[in-house]
Amino acid sequence: MAIEVRIPTILRTYTDGQKTVEGSGATLDALFKDLESRHPGIRERLVDDSGELRRFVNVYLNDEDVRFLGGIATELGDGDSVTILPAVAGGMR
Amino acid sequence: MLTISQALYEKIVAHARADHPDEACGMVAGPAGSGRPERFIPMLNAARSPTFYEFDSMDLLKLYRELDDRDEEPVIIYHSHTATEAYPSRTDISYANEPGAHYVLVSTADTDGAGPFEFRSFRILDGEVTEEEVRVVEAY
Repeated sequence: MAIEVRIPTILRTYTDGQKTVEGSGATLDALFKDLESRHPGIRERLVDDSGELRRFVNVYLNDEDVRFLGGIATELGDGDSVTILPAVAGGMR
Repeated sequence: MLTISQALYEKIVAHARADHPDEACGMVAGPAGSGRPERFIPMLNAARSPTFYEFDSMDLLKLYRELDDRDEEPVIIYHSHTATEAYPSRTDISYANEPGAHYVLVSTADTDGAGPFEFRSFRILDGEVTEEEVRVVEAY
C-alpha cells in the first residue's frame, strides 16, 4: 500500500533532502512507524511521548487536517497523499 | 542581512497596525533560491489573540501548495508583538521551523504614541537567535 508523504524543509534532514517519500501503513500511526524504519528520528518530531500528534505539527490526509479525521489513528488507503507541515506560530511569551 | 523594498516594508507595518491589539502575521514569498522577498501574503491569525499567533491550518496547506506550484519559498515570516519589544520570545523560538526564512518582528506596543515603529529581523536556527541588519531599498 503506497502512500505519498510530503516532507517539510525542516524535516528533510531525515530524508536525505527528499521533498517526497513513499511509505505504507493502514493508519497514520503505522505510516509514521514505517517512515521511522527508513528515516530514523523522524517519528519523534511528529508524535509526542504518549503517541499523539504533536500540537504544532499539522498533518493532512489529501486535503484534510487529520485532527478533524481520526488524528493519529486516521485510516489510510492506497494512493493517499499525506502532507506534513509544521505550524507557523508564536507569541509574545 | 535582510534587504526589503520600501513598499513591502510599509505593507507589513500597515498590517500590524490594522490588527492591533491582536498579533498580526504573514509571509513574504520569493522565487525559490533567490532569497528575495517579493509577494506579500497577509495571513489570518487563527488564534485572534494579543499574545499568540498561528496560521490557520487549512490556510497553511493552501499557502504551501501555492508556494510549491509557483516555485517560491518563504523568504520572510512576520508577526507583531503588541505589548512587548520586537524580539523573538521563547515561544517564537520553539516554533521557528523555517531555517531559511528571515523572521521579522514588528512591535506595535507604542502604536498610540506614534513613536518610531520597531521593525527587526532575525534568523532562528536550532533554537539560536541571530539579529540581522534590515536594509530598506526603493526597488531590487
